Amino acid sequence: MTSEIIRIENLTYQYAHTDKPALVDINLSINKGEYLAIIGPCGAGKTTIALSLNGIVPHMTVGEMRGKVFVEGIDTTQSQVRDLAHIVGMVFDNPEYQLSQSTVLSEMAIGLENIGVPRDEMLVRIPEALQIVGLSGLEERSPLELSGGQQQRLAIAAALSMHPKVLVLDEPTSNLDPMGKEEVFSVAAQLNREKQMTVVIVEHEVEVIADYADRVVVLDQGQIVNSGNVNEIFTDIDSLDRVGIRPPQVTAIASGLEKRGYHFKDLPVTLDGADDTFSEWLKQDKVSA
Amino acid sequence: MSNIIECSNLSHVYPTGLPAIKAINLKVNSGEIVAILGQNGSGKTTLVKHFNGLLKPTSGKVSINGIDTAKQTVFNLSSHAGYVFQNPNHQLFSTSVLAELQFGPKNQGLTDDEIEVRVKETADFFQLHSIINEHPLRLSFPLRKIVAMASIYAMQPSIFILDEPTTGQDHGGAEKVRKFLRKLKDDEKTVILVTHDMPLVAEIADRVIAMWSSEIIRTANPREFFFDLKTMEKTKLQQPQATALSHRLQKKVLNDGITLTVQETINALEKVLN
Repeated sequence: MTSEIIRIENLTYQYAHTDKPALVDINLSINKGEYLAIIGPCGAGKTTIALSLNGIVPHMTVGEMRGKVFVEGIDTTQSQVRDLAHIVGMVFDNPEYQLSQSTVLSEMAIGLENIGVPRDEMLVRIPEALQIVGLSGLEERSPLELSGGQQQRLAIAAALSMHPKVLVLDEPTSNLDPMGKEEVFSVAAQLNREKQMTVVIVEHEVEVIADYADRVVVLDQGQIVNSGNVNEIFTDIDSLDRVGIRPPQVTAIASGLEKRGYHFKDLPVTLDGADDTFSEWLKQDKVSA
Repeated sequence: MSNIIECSNLSHVYPTGLPAIKAINLKVNSGEIVAILGQNGSGKTTLVKHFNGLLKPTSGKVSINGIDTAKQTVFNLSSHAGYVFQNPNHQLFSTSVLAELQFGPKNQGLTDDEIEVRVKETADFFQLHSIINEHPLRLSFPLRKIVAMASIYAMQPSIFILDEPTTGQDHGGAEKVRKFLRKLKDDEKTVILVTHDMPLVAEIADRVIAMWSSEIIRTANPREFFFDLKTMEKTKLQQPQATALSHRLQKKVLNDGITLTVQETINALEKVLN
């Protein structure tokens, strides 16, 4: 049984002083517990979709919106960003934009204060959220002393303390080193798997998406041009190519061999999958040869 | 002269007392593409800022084209080594792409005719003609990064220092960066590439330098480096996926050593069958 948590209906959005809309007639339904990745070239509208999920678009941007976004049935245009924060937690690409306080603890407290969570409740939620992202013990540190990966995990913890049902991550690792990337992806995956958190991630690294996402939406010039599971999306190399996205390296390898006349039942999209596919394929081919 | 960059016992201690790099010994050959890898805070940027005089050694010595940087200004060194920042906003300040491209050559004292040739060549290569009169800050972030690269290219230094050139680029932008790197290789320029983009390193670098906690802990060609799982583990760096696949398959079927790129892996797998 799946049930819908977010529904976007005929959403068109145009920022003020621009000559064409950032999003054109978007229709998208996101299910509870789903891990959804949004991919597309720069300027495709990925961030605008992400920002529409907690009402930042249209409440805090200047532009014209048509269509509707419903979050747990609530029409975002009829609700405040503050109220939607209970449902949708947002993490941006640069954690420094989001961190403003002198200690990790006060960073965690400020968001909760803003939505009127009482002190006793804070003392439960803060340690809980820090523990999930692996930052327990760093409460008195300055956020600016943390590594990039830790800062981004703090931004995730701050979002989690609001007990959202959906976590939206907009290119959360683009400013991180490989270690930080790994930390952020594994925390998001763990939340999705163990706490059935709905995750919506905007991300460029296709290898990572192939490992984690249930579904991928491909955006180009403000429109959804493709949508499907990671196998459907990443093995359709011609469609990816049309919007200027490369497939995972293992998929490109299998596809390259197909172009040379070899055949695979399914193109692999992950390293584990490729290991199986190629091991099996090499064995069989040797036998038949 | 073959060593275009030479660091001997280079250390840099910031005014806070924090040592950012310790006892670096490094020689870079002219025409080499050297990738400097490591986690944030490992000292990569501090090291490369010594190559154009943005930082001076607090002990030890750095020579660029045989010139001791300690006695030189950034301005004097800029004709030797051009630095493309990770964030183009730290670099671009002119009011049009054209003015941005003209700025460096003008400061180098070139004649108007020479400047025009440089600007045209650069705009041709980077395909900037359609945006030549735009204000750089009105361009998208990825395009701004390309303009930042172009403005350094217009100065034709012998050394290019590129800090995270593919970060924030989509696939199309990353392809432009690759094309630029191949062009620099053809032109026999020396390139210092600071990056977390391992597939890029695997494709293009002649040599990899891995830093960890202010020191160089490994220098190797990319094939040796990405095969050295111990160093990869220690520096928390990852193999490109194509390399990881060939590494796994090697145990079973591939005997020719690991591959670095998609194309190499395709060739190696095909070879096993024939």
